[in-house]
Amino acid sequence: MSWVTKTFNSSLGRKLIMALTGLFLVIFLIGHVTGNLLLFKDDGGQAFNEYADFMTTNQFVQILSITTYLSVILHVVYSIVLTSMNKKARPIGYNQVNPPKESSWNSRNMGILGTFILIFLVVHLQGFWYQMHWGDMPKVTYDGVVYKDLFEIVVFAFQQEWLVALYVISMILLGFHLYHGFESAFQTLGLNHKKYTPAIQFVGRAFAIVVPALFASMPLYIYFTLN
Amino acid sequence: MNLTLKIWRQKNHKDKGGFVDYKVSGISTDMSFLEMLDVLNEQLSEKGEDPVHFDHDCREGICGMCSLYINGHPHGPQQTTTCQLHMRSFADGDTITIEPWRAAGFPVMKDLITDRSAFDRIQQAGGYVSVNTGGVPDANEIPIPKLIADEAFDAATCIGCGACVAACKNASAMLFVSAKISQLALLPQGQVERKERAEKMVAQMDAEGFGACTNTGACSAECPKGISLTNIARMNREYFSAVVSSENT
Amino acid sequence: MILDSKIPAGPIAEKWTKHKFNMKLVNPANKRKYDVIVVGTGLAGASAAASLAELGYNVKAFCFQDSPRRAHSIAAQGGINAAKNYQNDGDSIYRLFYDTVKGGDYRAREGNVYRLAEVSVNIIDQCVAQGVPFAREYGGLLANRSFGGAQVSRTFYARGQTGQQLLLGAYSALSRQVANGKVKLYPRTEMMDIVNVEGKTRGIITRNLITGAIEKHSAHAVLLCTGGYGNVFFLSTNAMGSNVTAAWRAHKKGALFANPCYTQIHPTCIPVSGDHQSKLTLMSESLRNDGRVWVPKTVELAQKLRKKEIKPSDIKDEDRDYYLERRYPSFGNLVPRDVASRNAKYVCDEGRGVNETGEAVFLDFRDAIQRDGEDLVRSKYGNLFDMYQQITGDNPYKQPMMIYPAVHYTMGGLWVDYNLMTNVPGLYALGEANFSDHGANRLGASALMQGLADGYFVIPYTIGDYLAGMPYDKVSTDHPEFQKAEKEIKDKIQKLLTINGSKTIDHFHKRLGKIMWEYCGMARTAEGLQKAKGMIKELKAEFWKDVKVIGTNDELNQSLEKAHRVADFIELGELMVDDALHRNESCGGHFREEYQTEDGEALRDDENFAYVGAWKFVGEGVEEELHKEELKFEEVKLTQRSYK
Repeated sequence: MSWVTKTFNSSLGRKLIMALTGLFLVIFLIGHVTGNLLLFKDDGGQAFNEYADFMTTNQFVQILSITTYLSVILHVVYSIVLTSMNKKARPIGYNQVNPPKESSWNSRNMGILGTFILIFLVVHLQGFWYQMHWGDMPKVTYDGVVYKDLFEIVVFAFQQEWLVALYVISMILLGFHLYHGFESAFQTLGLNHKKYTPAIQFVGRAFAIVVPALFASMPLYIYFTLN
Repeated sequence: MNLTLKIWRQKNHKDKGGFVDYKVSGISTDMSFLEMLDVLNEQLSEKGEDPVHFDHDCREGICGMCSLYINGHPHGPQQTTTCQLHMRSFADGDTITIEPWRAAGFPVMKDLITDRSAFDRIQQAGGYVSVNTGGVPDANEIPIPKLIADEAFDAATCIGCGACVAACKNASAMLFVSAKISQLALLPQGQVERKERAEKMVAQMDAEGFGACTNTGACSAECPKGISLTNIARMNREYFSAVVSSENT
Repeated sequence: MILDSKIPAGPIAEKWTKHKFNMKLVNPANKRKYDVIVVGTGLAGASAAASLAELGYNVKAFCFQDSPRRAHSIAAQGGINAAKNYQNDGDSIYRLFYDTVKGGDYRAREGNVYRLAEVSVNIIDQCVAQGVPFAREYGGLLANRSFGGAQVSRTFYARGQTGQQLLLGAYSALSRQVANGKVKLYPRTEMMDIVNVEGKTRGIITRNLITGAIEKHSAHAVLLCTGGYGNVFFLSTNAMGSNVTAAWRAHKKGALFANPCYTQIHPTCIPVSGDHQSKLTLMSESLRNDGRVWVPKTVELAQKLRKKEIKPSDIKDEDRDYYLERRYPSFGNLVPRDVASRNAKYVCDEGRGVNETGEAVFLDFRDAIQRDGEDLVRSKYGNLFDMYQQITGDNPYKQPMMIYPAVHYTMGGLWVDYNLMTNVPGLYALGEANFSDHGANRLGASALMQGLADGYFVIPYTIGDYLAGMPYDKVSTDHPEFQKAEKEIKDKIQKLLTINGSKTIDHFHKRLGKIMWEYCGMARTAEGLQKAKGMIKELKAEFWKDVKVIGTNDELNQSLEKAHRVADFIELGELMVDDALHRNESCGGHFREEYQTEDGEALRDDENFAYVGAWKFVGEGVEEELHKEELKFEEVKLTQRSYK
C-alpha cells in the first residue's frame, strides 16, 4: 500500500477527508447563500435568473460545481465508512448511557443530522438543480436574451406549505450540523490553539446560525410576500 | 443505605453474559464504590456463589486498573476513578447499573474485567524515546521551558484506564493515544523519533479496532485526569505532518 | 551459615568503581544465549528488564496486573532523591549517603548505601532522557525541593505523581524492548514458586490468571522485583494486589528473609472510617509543613467530638493539645515519620482520638489559612485537599483534617549481597523486595531512588559477573525439579479449593491484619508479640481447615488468587513477630516499648543488635533459624537520634 492510500485508509485520514470536504461545503454555502440573496431583489427575478444562468454556464463555476459534487459524495461516502468502522468498534452496546453534558447532542448525532440533510438535498436538487439543467423550464427574456425562468419555479415551489416547512426544518438541522461541524473540522485538521480556537468557535457558531437562517428566510419571504 | 445492583455477569470471554440483580444493605456513605462491591462479594462468597470479578489495585486513583461503567458513565457520575467514587454520590434505594467497558479493543474476560492490553501494544508501537540505560547527557543539559514541560505533564498524567474509550460513542482511543504522542512531541527528547512515533502509534491504534473521533468531547469530560482535547488536535497535526514529510513511502 | 555481603574492600568512594572493574563480563555476542526472568514490573522490575534486554539478554517479564504500567510504584507521590547538588546548597554523594545511613537508624550496610547515593545522579539523567516531565524552574532547568525534613533540596518531583511518571518512563523503556522482541511480557501472571536445580535458581512456576494454566519457565537467573509486604496488615497504603508470595516462595526454597520486622508507618494517612475499609490512602507528608497536629486536652471533649455533639472549631485554643509542638519544641510538627506516628497512637490510646473510631488526630490548617490566606494554602495543597474531600466528604478548608498513621513501606525483605543476589545462586531481589539499603527506616523520596538504582545501574553489571560463570545450556522445563514444583503447586491449589470451609478469605486476612497491627505495629512488647505468635499459629491452622475458596482453577478466579496470597501472609506474619521479638532494642521502624529513652525515644542497642537478622526456613512447623550479618560502620559514627 502506498503511503497515500495508507493515510486515507487510516482513521485520521478518513477524518481528514470529512473535515476538508466539510470545510469546502462551508465555502460553497457562502457562495450559494450570497447569490440566492438576489431573490430578495424586487425586480421580478431578473437578477436572480441572470445569476442562475451564470452559475450554470460559466466554466470556472463549472469546475467549482464539480468539486462541490465530489465533496458531497466524499463527505457522504466517508461518513458511511467511518460510521461502520465506529459501529464495529463497539459490537456490544451499553444498557444505559448517560453522556456528559459537555458533549452536545448534535456532536453525537452528526450522522442522523447528515442523513436528513442528504434527504433534503435530494429533494432540493430534484426541485431546482435538475430542473435548471434538464427540466422543461419556462423562459423569460431580458434585453433580448432568453433566460430560463428559475425564479418562476422557485416562487411556484414555495407556494406549497409543506415544502416551505421542509426547507425551514432542514435549515434548522443544517444549523445544528454546522454548529458542531465547523469547529470540529478545525480540530480534526489539528488547528486547535488557545489563541485562535475561541475565534474559530465564534465564527463557526455565528455561521451555523446566520447562514441557515438566511436560507430559511427565502422560502418564508416568498411564501408570505409573493403569494 | 440499601441498594439494588444490576451487574453484568459473564463467565468468560466466550460466554454470552447477562445482567443479574443483587441487593445490598447497610452500605455506609463513607464507603468507596469498590468497598460497596467488596460487601456484595463477601455476601456472595459466604453463600458459596462466585464473587463479582472486577479489576482494581491501588484504590487511590492512580494505577488505572479499576474500570466499571456505572449508571451510564465510565467510573460513575463523578469525574474520578471508580476507586475514588464514594457512596455518598448515591441515594438510599437507588438502582445502580454496572457494566464493563464496551469496545472491540477491550474484550470482556470475565464479569466486569476487560483486556486492555491493546493500550500496551500501542505504547510498544512507539510510545518511548529510544535511549539505552547509561550514556545519556546530564539532566540539566536539556533545558525545557516551564510552560512546555507543564503541558507535557498534563498529557503525561494519563493513567491508561480506558475511560475515554468507554465514554466515546465510537469507542475511539484517540484521547489516550494523543496524550502519549503529545507528551513526547512537546518535549525536546521526543523530537528525533517524532514522525515515526505518530505514524506507528496511529497505525497500531487502528489495527486494534478502535473507532474514529467525532470530536464530541465525551472522552475528556469523563477522563478522571481531565486530559484535554487539544491533545487530539496535536496528534492529528503530528500525524498529518508526519505522513507528508517522513521518509516512509 | 556465614553471610558474606561481598562488600568490596577499599575506601568507600571507590568500592563500586573497583567492583565494576573486577566483575567478569559477558561477551556481547554471548548475551543472547542467556535467559533472565524478571518478576514484577514496578520501578525495579521494569528498569531491570529494559536494561538487561538492551544489553542483549533474553528477558521474560511477569506481572499480576493487566499491564506492567500499573505496578504500585505508580502510587508514590513525593519525589526521588539524587545527590545532584543543582541547588548549590551543600549536597553531595557523601551527604546523601550519610543522611540515609543515619535516617535508617544505623541498621543499613554502608557499602550499599554509598553506591545508592553514587548512582542516584545517573537515575535523574536517565529519566529525563526518557522524557519524564520533572518539575522545572522558569529558566528551563530542573526544580528541587526539600523533603521529609532533609536539610538540603535534593528531591526531584513531578507534581504529586513522581512515582507515576518514573514508572511510565521505565515502562516506556520496557515497551521498546518488547517491540524489539527482547522482552516477552506476561501480564496477569502470578509467580507461584521458584525452581532450583543443583543449588541454583533456574526458573519459576507461574499461574496464568485468566486461564488458570500452570506454566513452567526456565532461565539462567531469576530477579524478584515484587515489592513489599505491607498488606500483611490488611490495611496499608499498598495496592490491593501487593503481596509477599514471590518473596515468600523464594524464602521457602532457601533464600533468607532479612529484618522482616522493620515496618514504616506513615503518620499522615486518612483514618479508617469503618469495618468496610479496604485500604488506606496516604496524604503527602508535605502537609505537616503548614498543618498543626492536635487533639483535645481532655477525654471528655474527645468523646463529645466523637458523638458529634461539638465541632472541632468549638474547642478553644487552651483546650487543645498541640502535642508534637509541646513535646518536640524544635522540630514540632516536622518530627520524623516514626515519631509522629507513635505519638498519634499514644494520644489515641489515652482516649483522645477525634473520630468515631477514636483513631484519628487533627491536622489543622486554620492558622495557616489565617496567616497566608486560603488562596496560598490552596496553591500549595489544593490537590491534596480535594483528594481528602473526595474520600471523606469533609472540607478541610473549613474544618481540620483528620489523620492517622498507616503501614506504608517495609524495609525488610529477601537478604541480598552487594550484587543483589540472595544466598541462593542465580536468585536476585531488587527494590522493596530486598532488605538492603534503608536499614531500619526509610527516608522520604528514597524508595523510588532505590528501585531505579537497582534496576538501571546495579543489576546490569552484577548479573554479568554471575552469568559469565554459567554454561549456556538451558534447563528443560521437563526437568524433575520443575515437575516437582509444578505438582506441589497444583496440589496446593487443589487443597485450597477443596477445604470448602465456612469463612471467606478476607475474614482471615482481616483477622491477621488486626493481630499484626495490634501487636506488631507501631509499638511492640515482648508480651504482646508472644501472644500474637500464638494467635497467628491458631489462625493458620484455622485457615487451612475452614477457609472457603470459590470456583475452580481453570478460570479467572480472584478468590483463589487471594487465598494463595493470604496463606503466605499468615506465614510471613509469624516470622515478623519472631523477628520483632528477638530484636531487643528499638530502632527506626521497630519500636519495642521496653527499649526507650526517658523521653520515649527509640533506644538502640548497638552492642548487641548492630546486625542484619536473616531468617532461614528449615521446615514446616519448625522455628526458623536466625543468621546474623554483622554491620560495620567505618564512615558514619553511631549516635542517638534526637528531635527535641
